[in-house]
Amino acid sequence: MIKSSILRNGGLLTVFAVITTAIVAATHLLTKNKIADQIQQQRIAILNTVVPPDMYDGDFLASCRKVNAKVLGGENLLYIAYDMGRPNAYAIETTAKNGYSGDIDLIMGVKIDSDSDATVLGVRVLKHKETPGLGDKIELSVSNWILAFNNKSYNENTRSTWKVKKDGGQFDQFTGATITPRAVVYSLADTLQWLIDNQSSLLQISSACKDENDR
Amino acid sequence: MTDNIERIKHLTLEGMWKNNPALVQLLGLCPLLAVTSTFINGLGLGLATLIVLLGSNITVSLVRNWVPNEIRIPVFVVIIAAYVTVVELLMNAFTYNLYLTLGIFIPLIVTNCAIIGRAEAFASKEPVYLAALDATTMGAGFTLVLVVLGGLREILGAGTLFFGAERLFGESAEKWTIHIFSSETPFLLAILPPGAFIGMGLIIAFKNHIDNLALKSTSAQTGEIQRARVTSET
Repeated sequence: MIKSSILRNGGLLTVFAVITTAIVAATHLLTKNKIADQIQQQRIAILNTVVPPDMYDGDFLASCRKVNAKVLGGENLLYIAYDMGRPNAYAIETTAKNGYSGDIDLIMGVKIDSDSDATVLGVRVLKHKETPGLGDKIELSVSNWILAFNNKSYNENTRSTWKVKKDGGQFDQFTGATITPRAVVYSLADTLQWLIDNQSSLLQISSACKDENDR
Repeated sequence: MTDNIERIKHLTLEGMWKNNPALVQLLGLCPLLAVTSTFINGLGLGLATLIVLLGSNITVSLVRNWVPNEIRIPVFVVIIAAYVTVVELLMNAFTYNLYLTLGIFIPLIVTNCAIIGRAEAFASKEPVYLAALDATTMGAGFTLVLVVLGGLREILGAGTLFFGAERLFGESAEKWTIHIFSSETPFLLAILPPGAFIGMGLIIAFKNHIDNLALKSTSAQTGEIQRARVTSET
């Protein structure tokens, strides 16, 4: 009696599980390429906001490699923009560790001009948890603040100007939120210095980030 | 025929007002409070919930005569989980930016008691067209609360309305954003989680106030004392 009820109900439950799993699997197959496409496009779109598309030819995304340094906030990604086979610009992801509420993930486009000079092409915030209405002005959708980094040049001598105005530097802070812009400015300056210091070895990094692009 | 129209009227009133899942049954509060920082976020989650509710109610009603009583709950859960996964995948594929905002709250629809509540209390006993109607009105009632709360918080906290409409309606909707006022020091409380709780409380209080007024006027007309029902009718 019990046995037959277990078998009947178990069987019925199995039928439902199989049918619903089949529906989910079919949807997954149908949307898989579209989702991968969306993620790819999103990445390209972000890269193009910090490195203008006319600065590279070929596959920018495929140049991705993993870099790891303390000033970058741990493991991050580096993209190299090649123009006619020569490295023309870099897009580097970096993490500001000392935001007001947790990490701030940034991406910066950089052109290295000489052994000691670099120019910022553009910066965007990828992810943050800063206070809405105060610290979130680092987002371009909220405020134009992040555009102040466009075309700013950097070398070791001008490093002292890479601060918020309150600390005697050139970048605005926000009313009521100094910690967030300070964290961003310092993190970018550190990253620029790291790029300049390591520019000769950057091209030799072989740890491609295949899975990051396929995810 | 008149009987049917009566039922449809009754169901609409139940879902949108008298037995509203968010205001009266107080179900699904976790995603409700978490995503309602803007009108569009609320609308997005509301529509996703409505689609899942519609799918699950119809399916549950279709299979109601084959599913023995003992295993009905696991069957409902499997059906709802499948619909949520499908909706999540579709949103990921076709409204990618909205998915990035709502992403972690979509799976939470599985645990939205409003959905299994309707499956258990209504769809498992009623024919398909009524179950579909019930899902539509309940889903619309839930969405209504989400957009009202989201709109209120957005206006108070950010001074805008319909911000981010392009995530739901495509590029052309980017101009829909209405800037009501702009302020250097926004009303943070409205955007932060406490604002969601306070706003929700105010909306519930407002609904109860209207109900009380309506109750008073009917009892004054009939001269009878009516007993207010505290528990919801399921």
